[in-house]
Amino acid sequence: MQIAFFPGCLVDMFYPGIGIAAVHVLERLGCDITVPEKQICCGQPLLNSGYAPETMPIIEQMVNAYADYDCVVSLTGSCMFAIQHDYTPYLQDKPALLEKQQRLAGNIYEFSDFIYRVLGVTDASAVLGSKLEASATYHKSCHLTRLLGIEEAPINLLKSVDGIDYVEMAFAERCCGFGGTFSVKEPEISCEMVHEKAQTIIDTGADIAVFEDAPCLLNVQGELTRMRDEGETSREVRCMHLAEVLDNR
Amino acid sequence: MAILYNEGTTLAERVDACLDDEFAHKAVERAQDVFYDKRNAVIGELPNWEDMRHAARAIRNRVNNNLDYYVAEFARNATAAGAHVHFAPKAEDALCEILDVFEEAHASTCVKSKSMMSEEIGMNEVLEEAGMEVVETDCAEAILQTAKDHPSHIVVPALHLDREAIARMFHDELGYAGSSVPEDITRFLRVHLREKFLAAEVGVRGCNFAVASTGSTTLVTNEGNGRMVDTLPKTQIVLVGIDRIVPDLESLDLMTSLLVRSAVGTKLTSYFTVDCGPAHEGEGDGATDVHIIMIDNGRSDILGSEFSAIERCIRCGACLNICPVYRHITGHGYGSIYPGPMGIVMTSCLEGYDKVDKLPYACSLCSACTSNCPMDIPLHDLIRQHRVNMVAQGYAGPIERRAFVTAGKVLSSRPLYDVATKVAARGMKPLAHNGDSLGPATAWIPVLGAWTRNRDFNRLADERFRDWFKKHEKEEGSAPEKGKDAR
Repeated sequence: MQIAFFPGCLVDMFYPGIGIAAVHVLERLGCDITVPEKQICCGQPLLNSGYAPETMPIIEQMVNAYADYDCVVSLTGSCMFAIQHDYTPYLQDKPALLEKQQRLAGNIYEFSDFIYRVLGVTDASAVLGSKLEASATYHKSCHLTRLLGIEEAPINLLKSVDGIDYVEMAFAERCCGFGGTFSVKEPEISCEMVHEKAQTIIDTGADIAVFEDAPCLLNVQGELTRMRDEGETSREVRCMHLAEVLDNR
Repeated sequence: MAILYNEGTTLAERVDACLDDEFAHKAVERAQDVFYDKRNAVIGELPNWEDMRHAARAIRNRVNNNLDYYVAEFARNATAAGAHVHFAPKAEDALCEILDVFEEAHASTCVKSKSMMSEEIGMNEVLEEAGMEVVETDCAEAILQTAKDHPSHIVVPALHLDREAIARMFHDELGYAGSSVPEDITRFLRVHLREKFLAAEVGVRGCNFAVASTGSTTLVTNEGNGRMVDTLPKTQIVLVGIDRIVPDLESLDLMTSLLVRSAVGTKLTSYFTVDCGPAHEGEGDGATDVHIIMIDNGRSDILGSEFSAIERCIRCGACLNICPVYRHITGHGYGSIYPGPMGIVMTSCLEGYDKVDKLPYACSLCSACTSNCPMDIPLHDLIRQHRVNMVAQGYAGPIERRAFVTAGKVLSSRPLYDVATKVAARGMKPLAHNGDSLGPATAWIPVLGAWTRNRDFNRLADERFRDWFKKHEKEEGSAPEKGKDAR
């Protein structure tokens, strides 16, 4: 199956390892992957901060980069939601671009959902040979869980990894406090939120915290590291993207 | 009180103060967790919550899209039932009507049950200035009135106060000598209020829903004070927002079910009152003179704007009860009688961007409010729309604007993006400790410091994903434009 892959700019810049793991997993599942040269960012940081006209060049770049592909896989749920839904109101006076975006909206899938529902892989251990001896908890990221309604795919895939002992965290669907530019525009509030999220993760006693969205991972990992450095916790919780867990054999 | 309190304070100042108030912070966290479980339990026992939500949304939209018709129908039927119906385009008009009623009744005392509208128009202050006695009879409102404090929640407004503080305050202000056991405090308040109820000449109350087909107004309460406000004084004033109308009793049933389950996580409140006109001859109790004041105060402007969906709001507080930001900054962080997600949307609409500081930015756009809203209001989208409007109207600072304009250019141009990421990666590398982490030592750096003051950041990778992929592609020997269709 031929797919165009969208890693998201955070993965591109900060966590190439997550993108690499995702490529390995998808290739193992028989996907022929391309990453369009022009793709960079979905534009959410600007759009969510209220800079709609300023986001237009990004939207145009993004839509044009992926419009010609029949199957696009996005590694981040919130980016995908932005492309699928948030662009639409701003393209009403640009019919050609709107048409392309609408086509893209119908052709884009989120990573775990694509594997689980489109490729029909429900047992990562059997099909991918995924194996990791660890107790794991999973953070349900906001846009993925609530706006895209993707909940079953990442959790079931995680549970199907050989050696994984799944522990549910309390209020797993509560926001980690990242919120894009919210994290630096309102850092005091954001830090309270991520602190509580990190504590809930620590409270599960899990060895690893699994994320399906890299932005949440960036945020929670930073908090867990700081809490350990400052002696607030002695627990070492490893943050991993689901792609990395699936890639582990 | 009007909508905003602590005017002149910034969002940052209020947030700092709220985060310092450990009791309030913890109280809200606990309350949210209790609400969460209770709401989920009463919603879980229904087979068709989503159907009910959608039906309710349709009803609210129908009324709001034909508001002139429904306001007229309600007024006609309320008048036929014997009530006097007054129309108030603005808060000032409502206040004049209220003062007129007091004057006509030769009254100088009133008892009140909880009403957000009375707070929105600042009724208590105006009546007190005119020499009237205004007594709040809802327990939490009575506490706030005695403490001269502001509400921190639209349904449970004294959530931020603990019983020790309440007992102390009643001791200082009202001579209470009992313990801090809630039952003791309540018993005291009951005796204190009973005299007020019996003496009051006017009863003032709000209205959860106004039924157009019957002209009746309804009230949900848990304390029974609403019924006494309703039945003891001879003159009654009912404050009704023009957006409180439901078409008929059948829709009232649906709305009330959604309201109560969403607000307090129960099937129904202890008291559910439907009032229609004054007491008729031969009836033992009830006001003989009923004045319904229909208040617009900016609502029809909202209906004509891109924020019209917020007019579906039934003030249940479900969005506050799930909001992860409200959880930490509590109601006082917002500085508005309408806090939380619905509060950000309403306050910004009603007060204008000049007065709300950075309120629309006190949100991570997590959408928990939207999915919890019984009226299916896209709250997080409306909050973002306020941001878009604020930026478009010049409320963002010049430095911020320049930063975002630059970001827009960098993130839409491969050459610029390549340069920027390479420079940034090189710049961040020496700042990292423990491998990839940027720690508190970087807290002095603008923007980045906002992040690293309290949590670590990750440095940019030496090799970006796209650089790896290019090499990977070559190794695999595949064509760069594969996967593209023939169009």
